[in-house]
Amino acid sequence: MNNILSLTPLLAVLTSLLAVPGIILSRSPNVREGWTFAAALAKFGIVVSMIPMVLSGVRLEYTLAEVLPGLGITFRVDAFGMLFAVVASSLWIVTSAYSIGYMRGLHEHSQTRYFCFFALALSATLGVAFAGNLFTLYLFYEALSFATYPLVTHHQDREARSSGRKYLFYILGGSIAFVLPAMLTAYHLTGTLDFTPQGFMGGIESKSTLLVLLLLFVFGFAKAGIMPMHSWLPAAMVAPTPVSALLHAVAVVKVGAFCVVRIITGVFGTDLLAAFHFDTLICVIASVTILTSSLIALTQDELKRRLAFSTIGQLSYIVLGVALLSQAGMTGGMLHIAMHAFGKITLFFCAGAIFVATGIKHISGMVGIGRRMPVTMGAFFLGSLSVIGLPPAGGFISKWHLVLGTVQAHQYAMLVVLLASSLLNAAYFLPIVYRAFFCTPGEAMFDNRIAEAPVWCLAPLVVTAVGSVVLFFYPQPFLRLAASAVRTLTGGG
Amino acid sequence: MENLSPHFPALIIIVPLIAALLTSAAGWLNRRLCFPFAALGLFTSLLVSTGLLASVLDKEVILYRLGGWPAPWGILYRIDRLNGLVLVVIFFVAFLNLIANKRTVEESFPEQLGGFYALYVLFVTGLSGMVATGDAFNLYVLLEISSLTGYALIGIGNERAPLAGLNYLFMGTIGASLYLLGIGFLYLMTGSLNMTDIASLLPGFYGSPVMVLAFLLCMTGLFIKMALFPLHAWLPNAYSFSPSASIGVIAPLTTKVMIYVMIRITFDVFTPDFSFKMMHLGEVMVWLAVAAIIMGSLFALAQTRLKRMLTYVIIAEVGYMVGGFWLGNRMAVTGAVLHILNDAVMTLCIFLAAGAVVYQICGDDFEDLKGLFRKMPISMAAFTVAALSLIGVPPTCGFFSKWYLISGGIAAGHYGFVVALLFSSLVNAVLFFRIIEIGYFEPFSEGEGGHGEHHGPPAMEIREAPAGMLACLLLAAVSLIVLGIYTGDIVTRIIDLAIPPAI
Repeated sequence: MNNILSLTPLLAVLTSLLAVPGIILSRSPNVREGWTFAAALAKFGIVVSMIPMVLSGVRLEYTLAEVLPGLGITFRVDAFGMLFAVVASSLWIVTSAYSIGYMRGLHEHSQTRYFCFFALALSATLGVAFAGNLFTLYLFYEALSFATYPLVTHHQDREARSSGRKYLFYILGGSIAFVLPAMLTAYHLTGTLDFTPQGFMGGIESKSTLLVLLLLFVFGFAKAGIMPMHSWLPAAMVAPTPVSALLHAVAVVKVGAFCVVRIITGVFGTDLLAAFHFDTLICVIASVTILTSSLIALTQDELKRRLAFSTIGQLSYIVLGVALLSQAGMTGGMLHIAMHAFGKITLFFCAGAIFVATGIKHISGMVGIGRRMPVTMGAFFLGSLSVIGLPPAGGFISKWHLVLGTVQAHQYAMLVVLLASSLLNAAYFLPIVYRAFFCTPGEAMFDNRIAEAPVWCLAPLVVTAVGSVVLFFYPQPFLRLAASAVRTLTGGG
Repeated sequence: MENLSPHFPALIIIVPLIAALLTSAAGWLNRRLCFPFAALGLFTSLLVSTGLLASVLDKEVILYRLGGWPAPWGILYRIDRLNGLVLVVIFFVAFLNLIANKRTVEESFPEQLGGFYALYVLFVTGLSGMVATGDAFNLYVLLEISSLTGYALIGIGNERAPLAGLNYLFMGTIGASLYLLGIGFLYLMTGSLNMTDIASLLPGFYGSPVMVLAFLLCMTGLFIKMALFPLHAWLPNAYSFSPSASIGVIAPLTTKVMIYVMIRITFDVFTPDFSFKMMHLGEVMVWLAVAAIIMGSLFALAQTRLKRMLTYVIIAEVGYMVGGFWLGNRMAVTGAVLHILNDAVMTLCIFLAAGAVVYQICGDDFEDLKGLFRKMPISMAAFTVAALSLIGVPPTCGFFSKWYLISGGIAAGHYGFVVALLFSSLVNAVLFFRIIEIGYFEPFSEGEGGHGEHHGPPAMEIREAPAGMLACLLLAAVSLIVLGIYTGDIVTRIIDLAIPPAI
């Protein structure tokens, strides 16, 4: 393992930040969206250009400033961070196209502000992905919280304000009241915050200290939506749908799960967790979230809220997989970041497309909608297959590894949890699809005329739906990154 | 400039003093010259203090005898890394606030320009002198200069300002008198007023109860002047009724300079050995600071006017520094010193933003702040940066001083202080997001709750603050982030070397 000093990670983080002045000063909306696309493509290009180096075992490193003794704003690109960065930056391109269709289709106000904070949020997301120590991670985590606040509350009405309060209460409250003291204590006890394979907490012998720190971190990173720190996510669904799609299915929530995985692998280390049997504890916490959120999802009639509760459950898959500490389980958990992202973003895109085309938000009003919007509902079907974990969709691959992981780790209870959750997922997704296509003419709420959403909305959801299927047949890029990540993170030294 | 550089420590007092006199004279002769004289005076002092800081970075300590009289008989000025830094902060804040408030001063006091600017510059002279002097009695004289001008700067406002100023005068005079009494006892015992001299004579009197009394008197006097809870009652009224131009310099600097003076007296007059180890005050002081932080935060929550809310935030911030200092370990003292610098700039920025709002909206009741993000987007962006710094969000500087303070609390095992700091961060988040919410959401958009009609709140015309005010505000906001990023350098190159190695 050798480290190379490189500006590339910094560039990848900064690309979207640099587009912000362009977005603000653009005279026409088309030029403004041009900036967004240019930044998105450049960002994706820069991220992808680092893949070969990362796979060959080189770690790219750059320290922006040494802010505290032995602690800087440091970027270090490893395979796990790369996996997340590829997912976030590739889906930003698609979401930008979708945003244009959605925002213009609904004549939303303040679109400049919207695109501006979207770009900021992406900068912060990549900052988290490439963070080389806990402090840098925290910095960008907080930056992301503030960058997404104006997006969540975009409508600026009473509902948006109360959702915004809930959002800040959980996310900011978690990071200041839980993560900050835990981070400072860790720094005080160990003198470092650098992510290292097998962590840096090995020197601490007190089991209770470790346990308290672990719980503070796991619950403090509220973006991961581990119950009871989850209820900001359904509230955040008041945001425009592209925000829910990219941020609340991919970037923000995955940042939370990413942080928890970093805590497990880079701060505590898998050996330490196994030695104190904390792995089972995290598994139990995650599985409670998985089952409870799936059950709640069943009862939701508003489509986006159902998707939100589904996301809460799926995020805990990632945490559960990594906490299994077995080779396959960790690979599956990391893969799930990518697989779930493609599936869930498709579902959100579909929810938004239905809303743009018909103005309907509730599942009970979607009977027979498949005849009106066959492409959208077809994509919805593929997306739900991926989230349930059925072939031929990418979600199957990650769930396969997760199930394999439970067997490897001899955690058969977790195996049952995963299978039960799959059934629940099927129970809350498939009826939507079924009712959309199969109903008597009397029940149908739509006539047979095909009227899809505008092409800017439709094309992205087709792309991501096809993407989910492609990932089933060609999961190699993500699989290799995940396998390499697991190798290095559990390798020690 | 080269040949003047040995006299820099004196110039720091003399330049603004002359500027104050010239400004005052210009007030009679040609009022248009008042502002340039004041600005030039403060800008020159800013350059001189920067030069001083640069030279103490190499030389460690510069001693300067006023009039060439040898110590301990003459008055000695002593510049080290710590007060070199504080001096730069004083002149930076004073200069920026002066430029920002040019128009508000001209509009509020068209007849009293000479008087106002002369008071303003004299006030800054007093503060910088207190920081630079190495003589305990001279410090008292300069304290009175800055206090008397401070009372006038506050009382010059309208409505209830004169009464608030009077109340401040009573409390401030008590504080200064207590300090003077303490110095009197010291002089009785040691026969010296020079700080270094007293410190060298002091070990002979360690057991003496008079010494303890002198120490307690000095400290109590300073606590009143810095508005440490429960001695804070004068501050909210005095600060919230005073004009923006005055408060913009008084709020960021007065409490911070008094905290520096406390550090100076405990380290250089009484020595850390005496102050920390023999007095057993630490525990009490930290708990007082905890009370200050928590009560300041709670009082702030109860306010419904912007400026008044900010005054209680200041009271909580005083608790940060006092608590950090009296924890007495290296981390915490570093945090306290760093917070003097950071808090001065944060307070400047938030009061400049508040000043810009008050100037444009003519009010600071929470009700008046509706739609502010549309009317004044740039000012509110700067306000948000300052708010994030006060909450303690990286990479703004407020995060880093909090980092050191909390680390110090953990290192000392003083969890009460740690919890108080976290509590105050959370309360600050509530305080500032409450204002951000009002400015951002209200008046609410018409299509309430219903999707499909998201046309946002009604459009309002942009009425930004004047360009000069805006430029200073943005500079202050940017420096919050720059200070944050350069925390590492500031701590290792200045603060770490300025704190006595014994700690």
